[in-house]
Amino acid sequence: MKSAVIVFPGSNCDRDLAVAIEQVTGRAPAMVWHRETELPDGTALVGLPGGFSYGDYLRTGAISARSPVMDAVARAAARGTPVLGVCNGFQVLTEAGLLPGALMRNAGLNFVCREVALTVGSAATAFTGGFEAGATIRLPVAHHDGNYFADDDTLDRLEGEGRIAFRYAEPVNGSARDIAGIVSERGNVLGMMPHPERAVEPAHGGTDGRRLFEALLERVGA
Amino acid sequence: MKARVFVTLKPGVLDPQGKAIHHALEGLGFAGVNDVRAGKLIELDLADGTGDADVEAMCQKLLANTVIENYRIERL
Repeated sequence: MKSAVIVFPGSNCDRDLAVAIEQVTGRAPAMVWHRETELPDGTALVGLPGGFSYGDYLRTGAISARSPVMDAVARAAARGTPVLGVCNGFQVLTEAGLLPGALMRNAGLNFVCREVALTVGSAATAFTGGFEAGATIRLPVAHHDGNYFADDDTLDRLEGEGRIAFRYAEPVNGSARDIAGIVSERGNVLGMMPHPERAVEPAHGGTDGRRLFEALLERVGA
Repeated sequence: MKARVFVTLKPGVLDPQGKAIHHALEGLGFAGVNDVRAGKLIELDLADGTGDADVEAMCQKLLANTVIENYRIERL
């Protein structure tokens, strides 16, 4: 599977994400600088990594979302290519309008950095096929702005359409309806605050994140 | 020509930062505050010929996230 990881100035989980993708798919992703205007031909998975792109200036993800490469990412998403945004990547996806809502400062104002329990909301996405709906998994979080906000109509729609991929199973950041990750209308764009790439081998302390990448591989094909 | 853009959280959007400031004011003994909302002020030094519509577009495209924020433009 050919994949691409986008690198913004201030991304810091780009290599972790690339290592996780390579371990599971057997093929190293292309690292694509944010000034590029095209993704490599045949890119079957796009990853937007965590980090603090542009120092979180203005709003988290705001400036990265207007990078030249994001037009190419939007075109890939429109073609149905899976796009995975983790942490800052999720913030970039909402700022780019590829996912609804916004990620605001954690309700407790603290930077939250620990492993948390999550409930799988929907197993019917390109990313969550390796889980069972309602299952509890554990993934690390590390963020200051993970407090998901959307108006009630949007939240109702996300719930009604089965687009909440993951919910926090414990208090973390004040997110509306405990949302930790959501997918786009077509289900091929996932934004999530927890870090699946930090839970792919036993030395990480858990391997629940690995199943997300395995499900993607199964969906997309080698 | 200068313009000031005031970006504020929409009513109803939780503002933890405003709450923390409010709490700190109370800690200093200022009891007469009902609520605090924090926002941003962005000052633009505009080239000649940059019109209101341009500044409006800047707000829509980048300076404010209209999912959670309102903005107000003040030309100086």
